Amino acid sequence: MALSMGSAEKVIEIRGLHTRFGETIIHDNLDLDISRGEVVALVGGSGSGKTTLVRAVIMLLKPAAGSIKLFGEEIVGIGDGPAFRLRRRFGMLFQQGALFGSLTVRENVAVPLREHTRLPARRIAEIADLKIALAGLPADAGNKLPRELSGGMLKRAALARALALDPALLFLDEPTSGLDPVSAGAFDELVVQLKESLGLTVVMVTHDLDSLWHATDRVAFLGEKRVIGYAPMAELVTAEHPLIRAYFEGPRGRAARGQICTAK
Amino acid sequence: MIASNPLSTTEPAAVRRDQGHYRCEGRWTLAGIETLDAQLQNVRWASGALQLDGSGIRAIDTTGALQLLNLVAALERDGRRVQLVGLHEEHRELLELVRERRAAAGEPPPTTPPRNRLERLGRWVWHHLRRGGDFLAFVGEAALALGQLLLHPRRFRWRALFGNVETAGIHALPIVALLAFMMGVVIAYQGGRQLEFYGANIFIVELVSLTMLRELAPLITAIIVAGRTGSSYTAQIGTMQVTEEVDALRTIGIPPMNLLVLPKLLALVVALPLLTLFADALSVFGGMVMAQIMLDVSYGDFLDRFPQVVTLTSFLIGIGKAPVFAAIIALVGCYQGFQVRGGADSVGRQTTVSVVQSIFLVIATDAVFSVMLGSVGLWR
Repeated sequence: MALSMGSAEKVIEIRGLHTRFGETIIHDNLDLDISRGEVVALVGGSGSGKTTLVRAVIMLLKPAAGSIKLFGEEIVGIGDGPAFRLRRRFGMLFQQGALFGSLTVRENVAVPLREHTRLPARRIAEIADLKIALAGLPADAGNKLPRELSGGMLKRAALARALALDPALLFLDEPTSGLDPVSAGAFDELVVQLKESLGLTVVMVTHDLDSLWHATDRVAFLGEKRVIGYAPMAELVTAEHPLIRAYFEGPRGRAARGQICTAK
Repeated sequence: MIASNPLSTTEPAAVRRDQGHYRCEGRWTLAGIETLDAQLQNVRWASGALQLDGSGIRAIDTTGALQLLNLVAALERDGRRVQLVGLHEEHRELLELVRERRAAAGEPPPTTPPRNRLERLGRWVWHHLRRGGDFLAFVGEAALALGQLLLHPRRFRWRALFGNVETAGIHALPIVALLAFMMGVVIAYQGGRQLEFYGANIFIVELVSLTMLRELAPLITAIIVAGRTGSSYTAQIGTMQVTEEVDALRTIGIPPMNLLVLPKLLALVVALPLLTLFADALSVFGGMVMAQIMLDVSYGDFLDRFPQVVTLTSFLIGIGKAPVFAAIIALVGCYQGFQVRGGADSVGRQTTVSVVQSIFLVIATDAVFSVMLGSVGLWR
């Protein structure tokens, strides 16, 4: 059921994942579980394989070895039919938006709906307009082409497309990068709101420390080709691992944490 | 539960009437609402006040929430008062979120009425006139940059020039060779039939040599280069335009004209005449092979007659057209690259325009050359 919250249900289960580009090993024996209704952030230094991990989970990249279960279904070596059915259960927000340049925002949002449902065109346009509104865009944005949008609006339009099929699982690749602080804050709030009202599971790659503090339930820290820390933010910042400490103990990390502590 | 697909449902969304009581049932989700419109047609709605009971909704997502809100709005438009009762707490929250966000987005602006034919024609003409003017301005800019280059020849980018000569010229040799040879064969074959009929076999030399050297070899080479190199110029500059690399060059203080256009222009002006010369040789060779096979005109006879019938003027006219064609191809290719706006589809569109325009202009210029040279009496 869309809204039941069995906390033990695993939406994503990764075991012993190996991925590599040519000779370069990206992940070596990586394990990660994500439960239903959680907002999980993937963090780590540049090149630690955050985006690659997401790409492996959404079946854009074939791992060299290991097992990934999505909604309980093994996706390593999955056939085309089951993969197609799984694809309508998650949405992905790409880092650069990846909106189709020749289509308007409304048409962009309508693409997955046209592909996966048999609804009449009028209904699809109506649903697309709703998603555009849900993503926090004004109604007239629907008629615009992606190149006519600002960076922040582009991110929102891409989010609208990711939400098109009301997915149970949402992947966000650096959703707040390039946004002004107000928009970034609103974006975090939107993610939390969607999670709470839709029971959405969210996996996001981010470097935004404010997002990490405000929007996430747990944070997985990638380093040394695996997950070296996986805990709620308040716990993760106290971890002993030198990579984690270096990441959070910088002046920016301390500033974000200080704000939280004073706010509380 | 997780393994079951929420999008394939056996409990579609529906509204049931039960003794003046309206109950929403099933899954009000994207997949569940596919049959909702048809189902709602069959519900008989009481007039006046009515209660809509949402406690039977098994699952709801934003799409389902939208349908529920639309249903309520439609009933209220018909003058009923609708009370939504019994919703689960989470469902109500979701409904509230959808209502809130839609209100925040506001009404979509009215669509502008379609323009009439005359206005569309006017806009189309005006657009193309402006584009023509823009192109002339671009040519002027390139000429200015070229002039400055002559004043400061040391600042010229020789590496870019040689790189372009290699890709536009040397790499095109095989395809030019093949096509030129085949053109020679075809002309000799078609013309040879007629000459044989009159017993004028030896005139095959004039036919092949003059046609090829003066007209066809420059033309076919220019067309190959327009398709091969002009298109790649447009695609390269267009993609750089999309990724803001052109702007980056400007910011660093490198005029894109100097780095992207002039080396390409000069490289093609050098390469195309050479390619044409190569095409001349290969096409005449093709004609020679055909003459030997079909008309019993031996290689020796052919080569004996060749210098007697082909004047230096004819040869030079053919070669002389090549730099002009080269300039057209390079300038159109680069100009169209700079016209790219937005994304991938624009790159594709401008590349098509670039090839069509440069081939058109090459053939049109060739026609102008023929008329002009004829009018000053340069027939041979």
